[in-house]
Amino acid sequence: MSGPSTYVPKSGFARWFDSRLPLMRMAHDTMLSFPTPRNLNFWYAFGAILTFMLGVQILTGIVLAMHYVANADLAFDSVENIMRDINYGWLIRYMHANGASFFFIAVYIHMFRGLYYGSYKAPREILWILGVILYLLMVATAFFGYVLPWGQMSFWGATVITNFFSALDQIVPHMGSAIATWLWGGFAVGDATLNRFFSLHYLLPFVIVGVVGLHVWALHVPGNNNPLGIDVKGPQDTLPFHPYYTVKDAFYVAIFALIYLGFVFYAPDFFGNPDNYTPANPIVTPPDIVPEWYLLPFYAMLRSVPQKLLGVLVMAGSLLTLAFIPWLDTSKVRSTRFRPMMKQFFWLFALDCLVLGYCGSQGADAMLFSTSIPLVWIARIATLYYFGFFWVIMPLLGLIETPRPLPASIAQPVLGPAE
Amino acid sequence: MKALPLALASLLALAGAARADAADPGAPLPPKAETWSFEGPFGTFDRAALQRGFQVYKEVCSACHSLNRIAFHTLADDGGPGFSVAQAKAIAAAYKIPADPNDKGETVDSSGERLTRPGIPADHFPPPFANEEAARASNGGALPPDLSIIVKAREGGPRYVYSILTGFGQKPPAGFKVLANKYYNPYFAGRNISMPPPLTEGTVTFSDGTTASVDQEAHDVVTFLTWAAEPKLEERKRLGFGVMIFMLVLSGLLFLSYRRVWKDAH
Repeated sequence: MSGPSTYVPKSGFARWFDSRLPLMRMAHDTMLSFPTPRNLNFWYAFGAILTFMLGVQILTGIVLAMHYVANADLAFDSVENIMRDINYGWLIRYMHANGASFFFIAVYIHMFRGLYYGSYKAPREILWILGVILYLLMVATAFFGYVLPWGQMSFWGATVITNFFSALDQIVPHMGSAIATWLWGGFAVGDATLNRFFSLHYLLPFVIVGVVGLHVWALHVPGNNNPLGIDVKGPQDTLPFHPYYTVKDAFYVAIFALIYLGFVFYAPDFFGNPDNYTPANPIVTPPDIVPEWYLLPFYAMLRSVPQKLLGVLVMAGSLLTLAFIPWLDTSKVRSTRFRPMMKQFFWLFALDCLVLGYCGSQGADAMLFSTSIPLVWIARIATLYYFGFFWVIMPLLGLIETPRPLPASIAQPVLGPAE
Repeated sequence: MKALPLALASLLALAGAARADAADPGAPLPPKAETWSFEGPFGTFDRAALQRGFQVYKEVCSACHSLNRIAFHTLADDGGPGFSVAQAKAIAAAYKIPADPNDKGETVDSSGERLTRPGIPADHFPPPFANEEAARASNGGALPPDLSIIVKAREGGPRYVYSILTGFGQKPPAGFKVLANKYYNPYFAGRNISMPPPLTEGTVTFSDGTTASVDQEAHDVVTFLTWAAEPKLEERKRLGFGVMIFMLVLSGLLFLSYRRVWKDAH
């Protein structure tokens, strides 16, 4: 997609086809000959892992949709029917449910890798923003998907999340409630809500596929960043994508799939909530409504604010902040490897996200372990650090930090003259 | 940078000193650490325990609890209680299932009783009550939950259900109020449970000579209910073993390919 093409059609038919639709040329230039920095490490395999998981989710999802019934009276039964009576239905559903969790594990590692090596910095801002859009699409798709089994947590999770919109009532009276009613297709989460969520759950993955296409395109224009964060200087710094990175990615995909399938076969309900094996009941509220693990940090930020509208804004802000990172980071150096101060704040930020996740998983009035510190105060400090990291530390650090000297090139990472 | 962990640590120490000791008297105890044949990557159901557990469900639990999602024919499925097809058929035939309308379009007989027919393997276990209202009316307002997926629907799974079944008969702590028509069970959230102690020693007589202690009955019926909740457990673990071997070999081959391809690149 960028640079001169190295594709040479090998047959008469290939030449004929190439002059009419250069499909093979595109495949060749993007997936075979594409010059890739030679120093990409394990953390760069998660792009391939995510592509693999997207494929798994779409394939298993299409099969599940053949047996699933999007009806408030039948949805739960149809899922149990898949588990009990459909041939290998249990396998397909456990793959899909655990696949969502592993999709998010992969996307979080992918995002933290981009953050660590400065992959969002010029000239890759669009690439990063497309990634943020992909992440938001994933969150929406996962949320819609979690509603479909129509268990207690499905129903009450949907109720809580859609009720966020009613916070807008505090800006314009009745506006938020009107939006919530419009989203539900009724006056509460019900059959109409389930049907539209199913429709959107089937639609959004294909939107994701489209944006992944743009994401990959935006990757192929500037090319990959790398752990050193320095630009490719010439052919000695790169290797053709195939076979070097196809085989490396394939190996890591297999390892990732091994762990993922380990959960599918030996701990299929590890990431699930037992309450979702109880059919949805609008009259009985579960004692604790908890979102899926991958949304817990954002849930903790929402709950750390005692005012509903502000809480919703903080949560939305925490996601939107990600889109501004390319301009919040003022450092001239991409890779955190050469940024001694950033390195510490980065790992503190990673810890901060885990702390937020823990806070989100506990009850609303929980204490820190067996102490009398309300967990909500820990969540407040962690929320402050989350925003402070991006909006204060990142811009300041680029100005005050002295980065370590960068290597001359990827091929010669050791400073000083070659031997 | 150094100051922050220090500040956090001192905050923690401070809070540790002010440890809250006012525990909620209704907070449930953690489930008992019972061990099961179906645990672990190679665990399978104990067939004899499944059959005894089925007997406990049939003779005790089914008086109040439905098992709506279980079809009789699955009693003869692989990885299940190991009944023969003929036995499953006989078990089904012993149940009365509401009949379809007869030639005159009637569903009740001359005295107003629901017409029934013997069950067939394709039928599911019939519920003990016609509807939720009838179930509540017979149980002091409480609704006995369906047991088809109860093991997966409770935090703690089999251990939790076992603890509830064997958790009766303990003396409530001084000052704890057992509500009217409730029973003290320290493993239940709130510790006031509507279900009377369902199992006593010798409630059932096991044909294989196993002593029917409360612990034995509870262990067996929980084994049966775990199978009911996860009938494909054995198939899942068996297939999983093959898949794991395959993935390990595939990963190993890919690793060797990776090493070979990259040998000349370093």
